[in-house]
Amino acid sequence: MGDNTIIQLQNISKKFDDEVILDNINLTIKDKEFMTFLGPSGCGKTTTLRIIAGFLESDSGQVLFEGKDINNLPPHKRQVNTIFQRYALFPHLNVYDNIAFGLRIKKMKEKDISKKVHEMLELVNLKGFQRRNIASLSGGQQQRVAIARALAVEPRVLLLDEPLGALDLKLRKDMQVELKNIQKRMGITFIYVTHDQQEALSMSDTVVVMNDGRIQQIGTPIDIYNEPKNAFVADFIGESNILDGVMLDDFKAKFSGAVFQCLDKGFAVNESVDIVVRPEDVDVVPVEEGTISGVITSNTFKGVHFEMIVDIDNFKWMIQTTDYYPVGSKIGIQIEPDAIHVMKKSEYSGMYGDYSSFSDELEHLSDITVEEEE
Amino acid sequence: MKKKSLSKKLTASPYLVWAAIFIIVPLIFVVYYSVTDGNGNFTLEYIMDIGKYKDVMLNSIWLGFIATVISLVISYPLAYIMARSGANVQRTMMILVMLPMWMNLLIRTYSMMILLQDTGIINTALSWLGIPPLHMINTQGAVVLGMVYNYIPYMILPLYSIMAKMDHNLIEAAEDLGANKLTVLKDIILPLSLPGIASGFTMVFVPSVSTFYISKKLGGNTFSLIGDVIEMQFKSANNYNLGAALSLVLMVLIIVCMMVMNRFTGEDDDGGVLI
Amino acid sequence: MKTKMSPLSKLYVAFILLFLYAPIVVMIVFSFNDSASTSVISGFSLRWYESLLHDDGTMKALSNTLILAVTSSLTATVMGTAAAVGINTFRNKYIKKITMGVTNIPMMNPEIVTGISMMLLFVFCAKLVGKTDALGFGTMLIAHVTFNLPYVILSVLPKLRQLDKYLPEAAMDLGCTPVQAFFKVVLPSISTGIVSGFMMSFTLSLDDFVISYFTQGPSFETLPIRIFSMTKKRVTPDMYALSTLIFVAILLLLVLLNVAQAKGEKRMSNKLNKGVKK
Repeated sequence: MGDNTIIQLQNISKKFDDEVILDNINLTIKDKEFMTFLGPSGCGKTTTLRIIAGFLESDSGQVLFEGKDINNLPPHKRQVNTIFQRYALFPHLNVYDNIAFGLRIKKMKEKDISKKVHEMLELVNLKGFQRRNIASLSGGQQQRVAIARALAVEPRVLLLDEPLGALDLKLRKDMQVELKNIQKRMGITFIYVTHDQQEALSMSDTVVVMNDGRIQQIGTPIDIYNEPKNAFVADFIGESNILDGVMLDDFKAKFSGAVFQCLDKGFAVNESVDIVVRPEDVDVVPVEEGTISGVITSNTFKGVHFEMIVDIDNFKWMIQTTDYYPVGSKIGIQIEPDAIHVMKKSEYSGMYGDYSSFSDELEHLSDITVEEEE
Repeated sequence: MKKKSLSKKLTASPYLVWAAIFIIVPLIFVVYYSVTDGNGNFTLEYIMDIGKYKDVMLNSIWLGFIATVISLVISYPLAYIMARSGANVQRTMMILVMLPMWMNLLIRTYSMMILLQDTGIINTALSWLGIPPLHMINTQGAVVLGMVYNYIPYMILPLYSIMAKMDHNLIEAAEDLGANKLTVLKDIILPLSLPGIASGFTMVFVPSVSTFYISKKLGGNTFSLIGDVIEMQFKSANNYNLGAALSLVLMVLIIVCMMVMNRFTGEDDDGGVLI
Repeated sequence: MKTKMSPLSKLYVAFILLFLYAPIVVMIVFSFNDSASTSVISGFSLRWYESLLHDDGTMKALSNTLILAVTSSLTATVMGTAAAVGINTFRNKYIKKITMGVTNIPMMNPEIVTGISMMLLFVFCAKLVGKTDALGFGTMLIAHVTFNLPYVILSVLPKLRQLDKYLPEAAMDLGCTPVQAFFKVVLPSISTGIVSGFMMSFTLSLDDFVISYFTQGPSFETLPIRIFSMTKKRVTPDMYALSTLIFVAILLLLVLLNVAQAKGEKRMSNKLNKGVKK
């Protein structure tokens, strides 16, 4: 444990009505880090956040803040502040009074409050908005007020619960950049909850992928993308073809009826494994040059690339190319060793990574997430 | 946090205690008095006595029902007109409908009596027009009129509030699909306003059936309603046990009527539309 | 689509307003009548207003009514608001249903039954302790609080349900204790419900006759009770004068409230427009 650890979760478990929400969570969060909890709704990410904030008590385990147990510290005594999903701005107060709220509770002098509020308004680009009514603000502006209000009390850690979920796509992208800038400028820890992998990958220093109340993987965005630990992570982060395979030896994997060179080692001889190949890492070649081959069953133009579903040995692959191949044609496939990622078998093996039931429409449907977790 | 929600729950406890002592216990007393005699001994004598008041009981329900139906028929178009008017007209109409409600019921009923009496304004006006005077006061009709007059705002307001909330697009959609005005009324507006009808019905029917002042003033001594009989037991005859038994029956009858009504509207009433 | 009223609609509305206001107009006219007759108008006079001012009994009843209305509606508002806050946290479906069922009883029950049921309780308790004059201000206060409570609870509960459940958490997050969070954030957010509950209680209490009639004693006479005992005999027009005054007062109050409300709404929509333009 380094000196710059700010929050530690030790063996945190939580049940609601006999349903396990969190199952033995262990996590170390470093000071000034941008950490993201990423996972589908119901995975326990918001619950974890609320336990850190103090709104929920874990059934077992400890929350340490700079090494001190804060399990029994009520929310108002913790040095963490939260940006709520729907901002939770006080409707009966104007922008100024919302931002000043926490400072007044601290019994700060009005003169200092005024200075601080104006500083915060500048930080979130809302100069001149102090007298405005909350109801008269747009979603993006409300979001900024919420950030200003939480930062005004100078928290050590800022917790953000899907803060951009209610904004439209364009605004969301802008706010992502802005949030990242604010975090760097303030030099405080951000713990960010989202189900949007794009958001997680582009903003975070560390991503914690969660599912079924457990941490699936902790790592930098690049690690998580390139070296997913199991089928769940591989599928949740980006698109993946996940195949059953066997490690014949170090650097030698067999799947789809062929043997491929890879960079992975350390598995038992003939160990069953999951193989991940990203759609963009597949090279399309003439049939005779391919290690394996298949028939294109659908092809969709996506702007930058074409997205094809290819039937190889009864397994539906997703392959992205910049060249167009007509549906029904047969293509060969080559995969470079560094494009193959080998994972140990897990409980998620066989559940993900086959595109046989894939359709754009379904993809969109699954994007509509349920906000409430509890 | 468990502790916090516990203390929040506790804030309800003074009320719960209060409700137990002053809502539940008094009702138990009504039952207790109905089945005991003056000395506190168990008897069914008073419950048996109720048979004598069957006609009064039925007449009360009948008059209350007529008054409620008349109120509904008058109020429905008014509520519809109100809901379709501009914001300022709606506001003004609301005040005008509510204003008489804040006037004391006794005064309003008394004024009604003055209007209806044989030498009252209506008859004076009639005689100027050369029409023979109408005998209106001390009739059942006068009592029904008094009920309608006093309680009609309670019918207008729930109807208005549900119609004001109604999405006008629904009506346009129905018209778009080929429905004429009558079909729209029958198949769209009426079913959607059922909760308002149910709550207006309750709010007019219950006080009408149980009134004693209106019948006393406008019905004279020609006939009694159940309310009059109950009032008499407590205020002059001093027969609390019979009074309690009658109240118990009144309560049960109203509950039955409400249940029938709710079955009609398919509305399981959770307090109704409060203004 | 808000349309202009058709002539037929106007006529209909006029007819109903005539029906609603004819007795009130009669009352106002006779309050200025020179004679005590209720059929003949013999000239304009303010004598009934004058005699009203000198009628100590009525003035006393008026102040009693106000005292009772203020105390009962304040008590009901405080207790009812606390109750709503508690009920809102009830999770058990059956407990919630039963509580709301009981709360609805005084609203759904005929007033006369509520009145006599409480009278029976009071009389019984008085007998137990051997008192004969138990009925009075105390019993009326209890009765009024009881029938006011459901109105307060039912106007505060929806506001609590609408309340963003994260608001109190946000307040605690910013350093409030749970109690501070309630008073600084929750209470202001549900204040409209509390105020309307109070207003409703106040007017109901002011106007109540039936329940008061059964729980009242000779020591404490309210206006409706006094009016009742006067209408037993022949009413003198000073009652009309009083009613006219009450009518005017309520009219003014309602108009003022509505003007304020309309202004508030206008200001709000102006602000919203500005917000959109920005």
